[in-house]
Amino acid sequence: MASHGIEIRNLYKIFGPKGHKYVDAVRGGMSKTELNEKYGHVLGLKDINISMPAGKIQVVMGLSGSGKSTLIRHINRLIEPTVGEVIYEGQDVCKMSKAELLQFRRMKTAMVFQKFALLPHRTVLANTLYGLEIQRVPHKEAEERARRWISRVGLEGFEDHYPNQLSGGMQQRVGLARALTNDADILLMDEAFSALDPLIRMDMQGVLLDIQQELHKTVVFITHDLDEALRLGDRIAILRDGAVIQQGTGQDIVLNPQDDYIAEFVKEVNRGRVIRADTVMKPGEPVDLTIESGALLEDVAKRLTETGASELTVVDSTGKPLGQLTLHDTIGAMVTPS
Amino acid sequence: MWDWYEFPSIGRTDLRDLKKAGDEAFKAFSRAYGESLENFFQPLLSFLVWFEKLLINSPWPVVMAVIALLVWAGSRSWQLVLATLASLALIGYLGMWENTMYTLALVSVATLVCIVIGIPFGILMSKSDRMQAIVTPVLDFMQTVPAFVYLIPIILLLGLGKIPGLIAVCVYAIPPIVRLTNLGIRLVDKDVLEAADAFGASPRQKLWTVQMPLALPNIFAGVNQTIMMALAMVVVAALIGVRGLGMEVLKAVNNQYITLGFMNGLAIMAIAIVFDRTSQKFGKRLQKHSEIIHG
Ligand SMILES: Nc1ncnc2c1ncn2[C@@H]1O[C@H](COP(=O)(O)OP(=O)(O)O)[C@@H](O)[C@H]1O
Ligand SMILES: [Mg+2]
Repeated sequence: MASHGIEIRNLYKIFGPKGHKYVDAVRGGMSKTELNEKYGHVLGLKDINISMPAGKIQVVMGLSGSGKSTLIRHINRLIEPTVGEVIYEGQDVCKMSKAELLQFRRMKTAMVFQKFALLPHRTVLANTLYGLEIQRVPHKEAEERARRWISRVGLEGFEDHYPNQLSGGMQQRVGLARALTNDADILLMDEAFSALDPLIRMDMQGVLLDIQQELHKTVVFITHDLDEALRLGDRIAILRDGAVIQQGTGQDIVLNPQDDYIAEFVKEVNRGRVIRADTVMKPGEPVDLTIESGALLEDVAKRLTETGASELTVVDSTGKPLGQLTLHDTIGAMVTPS
Repeated sequence: MWDWYEFPSIGRTDLRDLKKAGDEAFKAFSRAYGESLENFFQPLLSFLVWFEKLLINSPWPVVMAVIALLVWAGSRSWQLVLATLASLALIGYLGMWENTMYTLALVSVATLVCIVIGIPFGILMSKSDRMQAIVTPVLDFMQTVPAFVYLIPIILLLGLGKIPGLIAVCVYAIPPIVRLTNLGIRLVDKDVLEAADAFGASPRQKLWTVQMPLALPNIFAGVNQTIMMALAMVVVAALIGVRGLGMEVLKAVNNQYITLGFMNGLAIMAIAIVFDRTSQKFGKRLQKHSEIIHG
């Protein structure tokens, strides 16, 4: 399990030849449009501060052009920051020397891309062991490790196929296997599932969650899709025009959207899959039927309808009663308030 | 009075002095460095001579078999192998075997030299826009200046013979491979390169694991063009004393031997077609998996 989170502090990115010159102006409140029209520079990121927890999935969400790809590429410094820090294991990635950076990318990070970015001239197997080859791991060992991950993502039997012989979903499985074979603590996923059909996408989300339950990597997952964000994210940060406008758990965001923009976003969400029992329970007398406090409202409703009961008790992991939930309250909390 | 009909040029004496000064300077350079240049090229000459001897002294069935094998390895097309064997048989039957071997040796060695020099240059050029800006006009120059013009300094420096001939061929034939190596590397998918970066590939690892393999079809198209241009130069090379089919064509031109001219010309064409089809088919096979298909 990953023991270190990623700290992003006061990060600014201004695209253009003289980005540094305009940091103060942006700090002073110059907008993205103004910067572009007056000075021909593009505001990529503005004062980003995110603590990405170790061993958890941090989702970064936002519309196209909001700066998601720019942000995730600062973590392995595929993009140089204008100012700011990205701290991992006490070290600032932005200050690493070239050699340190290569070593950091090889040993600590792995990345999955929206357009897969597989090596078209290599087979599934050769693609999967690419990271280990770059690390100069002996070929035999690399192959063994790659084969394990290929079968773990469900591609057994396709080792000798070329990427262009596979469907999109299968190609991204290769992308995932390639990243996992690296055995790095940080997994960076830039809209990794966005190019896939909805069903395949759900499937891949399941694969990722399964693997995460076992490995507890520090995952940074980019998406523009709120349902995906809520399903995967232990924490979610929402970006707009290069700035973080809200961050917290999925439940925080759905229950307390910070502004109309986010409220608009969360309106369509299936709340039963986001809100947890302990958030909406009320005080009362315990009954026999119980459920653990972290359970989603959907599970509560299911439990109640299956047993035909009208009320259950929310308990903590030791079985201590915390509060009561009726079917009426549960359904009420699942409906989007108008 | 200003003369609108005669262009104002430098005087005849001045012009003569200018030419003389240029020639003298070059001749001085040639006297000073000609010999060391010749020594420098000695290994290349030995290699070319060794290769010529190998082709000519080996039994013809062996040579034919090896060529057929190479064509098969490159093209995987038995039609092409048969056509190649038929052309070689006809060439031999019409008495052009030895000259064909000379030409084959010259073109093969010239192509090899072009690959060994051209690909590194193409790589350098792809790495920096400055380098590209410098090398591109040089390549343009090499391809557009009439070959006869640069034959003069080559002859002055190295005299007549195989090496000056080989150099003349290479000067003319090297640009496509340099250009297409550069182009091929520059055209490599940015997303794939970024993936290599993300996995911590060093510039050298990126070159060998991503850029060169993905540029290979283009590089190969460059090799193909280089071969074609080398073949087109064999008659010019014959002008400075390189033996082979080109020499026969030259003889035919000087003496108006129509049949001799056509026979040798067609032999050159046959070699060109065999090289071209084989390398094209090989290039196609290289490309098989390189297209990216999403979805
Ligand atoms: N290399 C670049 N040069 C200039 N502007 C860029 C560059 N890369 C991204 N941008 C701009 O930065 C903004 C954020 O882009 P990006 O991070 O790709 O957004 P997202 O991934 O959220 O769609 C966009 O306005 C984009 O046009
Ligand atoms: Mg993006």
